[in-house]
Amino acid sequence: MSLVDPRTSVINERLKRIGRIIAVSSGKGGVGKSLVATTLALALARKGCKVGLFDLDFTSPSTHIILGDRNAQPKEEKGIVPPVVKGLEYMSLIYYSGDHATPLRGADVSNALIELLSVTRWSQLDFLVIDMPPGIGDAVLDLIRLVKRIEFLIVTTPSQLAFETVKKLVSLLKDLKAPIIGVVENMKMNSAKSIQQQTEKLGIAFLGEIPYDPTVEGAIGDETKLLDTALAKKIREIAMSGYL
Amino acid sequence: MHEWALAEAIIAAALQIAEKEGLKEVTEVTIKVGELQQIEPDILRFALSQLKPASFKGAKFRITRAKTELKCRACGHMWLFKKQELDESAAEAIHFVPEVAHTYIKCPKCGSPDFEIIKGRGVWLENIKGAR
Repeated sequence: MSLVDPRTSVINERLKRIGRIIAVSSGKGGVGKSLVATTLALALARKGCKVGLFDLDFTSPSTHIILGDRNAQPKEEKGIVPPVVKGLEYMSLIYYSGDHATPLRGADVSNALIELLSVTRWSQLDFLVIDMPPGIGDAVLDLIRLVKRIEFLIVTTPSQLAFETVKKLVSLLKDLKAPIIGVVENMKMNSAKSIQQQTEKLGIAFLGEIPYDPTVEGAIGDETKLLDTALAKKIREIAMSGYL
Repeated sequence: MHEWALAEAIIAAALQIAEKEGLKEVTEVTIKVGELQQIEPDILRFALSQLKPASFKGAKFRITRAKTELKCRACGHMWLFKKQELDESAAEAIHFVPEVAHTYIKCPKCGSPDFEIIKGRGVWLENIKGAR
């Protein structure tokens, strides 16, 4: 018998008490994916849902900065029990890597992802929101391979440069038969409908436009301020829509 | 008891293999544990004994240890992981997620954090014996 990695056998058992698992993804970086993921998780929690937030952007984690909590720590109890941060069950590699650079290559990303999926004990949740690394790398491929019920919510900006990479991500997800909830257009500064039209042409739901909101930067680290931004208002509408 | 979560994974994987191979009774499970993850064999064995299903009733759990070999991608230097060279918090972080070794360990020759974990990372299921 060749060596068998036992960890993957237990992943779906760990996630079985979670209603929906939403991977917030993007074709490229810098589109506001982490802000959308964190605000979506907070908005769903304020709506009364039980929500987890899982930062899988291992090399550039930022959701802990958006949430503004550096004191919480996971508990070791027959695995890892995520702490509750601002009303969310929260897990990130930063609990183990601290603020240091963590240079991970593909196989390391896969291994760290499998480790955290196999030992993290989420409680009964309505939603687990995952902040994905940008692009179509190992984390996307591994999650589709290992997490049966994963669904993707894609974030883009109005830039055609960002949307061209969304097309590639959509094509990959379709090939792998991974469900796509829809596309969100972030940082919208005009009324052009190009991204909406192109999204619909791909046969994907267009979930809405989030206006560029200069107050967001000042709300980083303060969830009350963040939930008061135009970004949060729009995300609440998306959270209340029939898509989620 | 991080070992408990890994023991659950080992039992789940072993059950799947036993079922696939038509084993009605499992008599021995061999597990390889890499030094990097610093698993305590006694705790792992205890967790396995508590978690084992009926078809594993008489099963023995053999746990073998593997040294951790690291190879620098920058200069090619190879070396062995030594827990005692780390402070306690770094060792504990690596215990939970061995990949954060890239945060705390550098090549002793050139100082690069870009190294490969050649072997001895974590937990592997090595062999299962049983009766059909």
